[in-house]
Amino acid sequence: MIRMLRSAWVIARRDFVAVIFSKTFLFFLLGPLFPVIVGALAGGIGAQVANSVDNPVIGLAMRAEDGARIERAAAALAEPLPGRVPKFRTVDGSDPQAALNDRAEPLVAVLRGSLDAPELVGPPDQLARWQGPVALIAAQARGGLRAPPVAVATRAVRTSSGSEVQARVVTAQAAQFALFLLTMLLAGMVLSNMVEEKGNKIIEVLAAAIPLDALFLGKLFAMLAVSLVGIAVWVSVGGAVVAIGAQALPALPAPAVGWPLFAALALIYFAMAYLLLGSLFLAIGSLATTVREVQTLSMPVTMMQVLVFFLASATVAQTGKPLELAAAAFPLSSPFAMVARAAQDPALWPHLAALAWQALWVALIIRVGARVFRRSVMKSGPARGRKRWRRTRAVGEVAGNLATQTLPGAAP
Amino acid sequence: MMKTELGPPAAGGNPDAGALAIEARGLVKRFDGVTAVDGVDLEVPAGSIFGVLGPNGAGKTTTLRMLLGIIDPDEGVRRTLGHERPHQIAHRIGYLPEERGLYPAMKAVEAIAFLAHLRGVPLREGRRRAQTLLEEHGLGYAAERQIRHLSKGMAQQVQLLGTLIHEPELVVLDEPFAGLDALNQGKLEATIRRLAEQGTTVLFSTHVIAHAERLCERIAIIAAGKVPFTGLVAEARDRLPQQVRLELAQAEGPWRAALPADARREGAVWHFSVPPGGVEPLLRALIEGEAGILSLSIERPGLHDAFVAIAGEAAAKALADEKEAP
Repeated sequence: MIRMLRSAWVIARRDFVAVIFSKTFLFFLLGPLFPVIVGALAGGIGAQVANSVDNPVIGLAMRAEDGARIERAAAALAEPLPGRVPKFRTVDGSDPQAALNDRAEPLVAVLRGSLDAPELVGPPDQLARWQGPVALIAAQARGGLRAPPVAVATRAVRTSSGSEVQARVVTAQAAQFALFLLTMLLAGMVLSNMVEEKGNKIIEVLAAAIPLDALFLGKLFAMLAVSLVGIAVWVSVGGAVVAIGAQALPALPAPAVGWPLFAALALIYFAMAYLLLGSLFLAIGSLATTVREVQTLSMPVTMMQVLVFFLASATVAQTGKPLELAAAAFPLSSPFAMVARAAQDPALWPHLAALAWQALWVALIIRVGARVFRRSVMKSGPARGRKRWRRTRAVGEVAGNLATQTLPGAAP
Repeated sequence: MMKTELGPPAAGGNPDAGALAIEARGLVKRFDGVTAVDGVDLEVPAGSIFGVLGPNGAGKTTTLRMLLGIIDPDEGVRRTLGHERPHQIAHRIGYLPEERGLYPAMKAVEAIAFLAHLRGVPLREGRRRAQTLLEEHGLGYAAERQIRHLSKGMAQQVQLLGTLIHEPELVVLDEPFAGLDALNQGKLEATIRRLAEQGTTVLFSTHVIAHAERLCERIAIIAAGKVPFTGLVAEARDRLPQQVRLELAQAEGPWRAALPADARREGAVWHFSVPPGGVEPLLRALIEGEAGILSLSIERPGLHDAFVAIAGEAAAKALADEKEAP
């Protein structure tokens, strides 16, 4: 084991230094700029996420009769105005702030008063968003579009659990996106590193000197270290940009577990996601001999990873629901689902369980990946179907060549 | 029945003079159902220069890889420097693969130090040794050059130095002369001899017989994954009968009937194996038949001739077996 670790260290050190001082690393550092630019051009990640969150709920604290009319009006308008009409749920109106702080059933605002004089209570951003739609619903409740318009009074409170949940979704999706981007970038680098190694023909020298498992581990962890350097650079640059232009940039909402713990968890989940995907890609790299083969072989895994990302994205704002639990249980999507959970749910024990589960899978996939690597990396030759024919032909050529040479004892 | 057991290893796994540096019995390796190596037996005495000869695709590289523990055999056993798991003693072995490879961006001195580091030499010590070796071999001026800026021959020399830098007890060279010019081939032969003089066992593969004939005492011939011959070079040459070269003044005559059946003519010169009864009865017949003997010599076959005969026969047999197989 000591020899294995020592050998892995030799490989990791060489790869780390070689990558850090290469042009590839510069492109790696610039990599995240492109999606950020694209995201900014498309209107910003936050705006997209806010629009994608469905079914905000407004607490209804009115007389039962008025409340029922509001709900009927909302139901009637929901069809002609899809996505613009909130849901309503009856709440105790005596303490709107308490209702807004209820995390079990999050609300974006509370509507109280009467149909003639409704009052919307909530955080300023939610008031701005829902004042118009609520006025429309109230008018509909009072007698349809023929009824005189209703002025909806507003009262701002500090925050609501609903708006907090909505805001944290932004953090969750931003974290997922960053994780996905990073792992894909790195896995690609691991793959090209492996193919380059085979192209350099140095792999046999390495295989003769150290255990192939150590080679596998060394390469895997070298790229992890490279990525950590990259993250450090990005965080530093990002921090500087935020410090300089904080007013111009929308700050991400604070995650449920708090920023320090969230950062630590995100880093660990990133390491897990990378180790899972990186070992798969490294095994694929050992199967391939050319860049074209690598592209062909890695395509299914890349597509699968995109699907996994979609799955994990779909689980945001669904904490505790079956889809989210399934995504957390499936090893490849687990880091993405759990980083989103860390943004939205303050409970820590699910992370301990998930990390143990992911660590188990990391060990398993590294083990299997190393085995495939060991079996494949020193194997070369034609495709299976052509082997027998080629072998027969090769033996025939050898026999023919040797037989046609002038043998001292050959007959005239 | 193939013997696939080895005798007891040398004490401490460190073979002394007379012991075996490499011992293999019944090595078999298949790739996707194709048998690349089919029951190879080898015995390489410690401190010797041993040649593995075979045509391209015969299974030489696969055999060497199994002996080094790079790949494991599907069947059979091998013991390298007394260990049945050669990979565990990689620091005592130097290996130059057929497909040479170094990191193009590395400097020559760093490349050698890295190869030493892989075999357990600390980096600092590796750099020191690398610098010394490069200077000893006239490459000191290239120490700080990147591998990508070296000529092919220089890069090969750098890799060879990287193979030897940790002072291995066993050096395995796969087709070491390939790609070298005549001058560098001569240098490499000298290096191999020097290693053997220092007690290092050298095992190398080649399909150029002249190198083996000049360097080796013992050889193994591999053809179609099998070893049809292993032993002394002299024994391989003795596999073929001595050859008679006879130059005659007359083209035809009654003496023609006295020539052996395998005799073939090139102009006035006849070639044939020495007959079982010797050449005296033939000479009498030639003199009595007035054939006009201009010259006669009896030549011992070279290793090249022996190799062609042995490997050709084995390859032809393998081809016949392939055709018979369903």
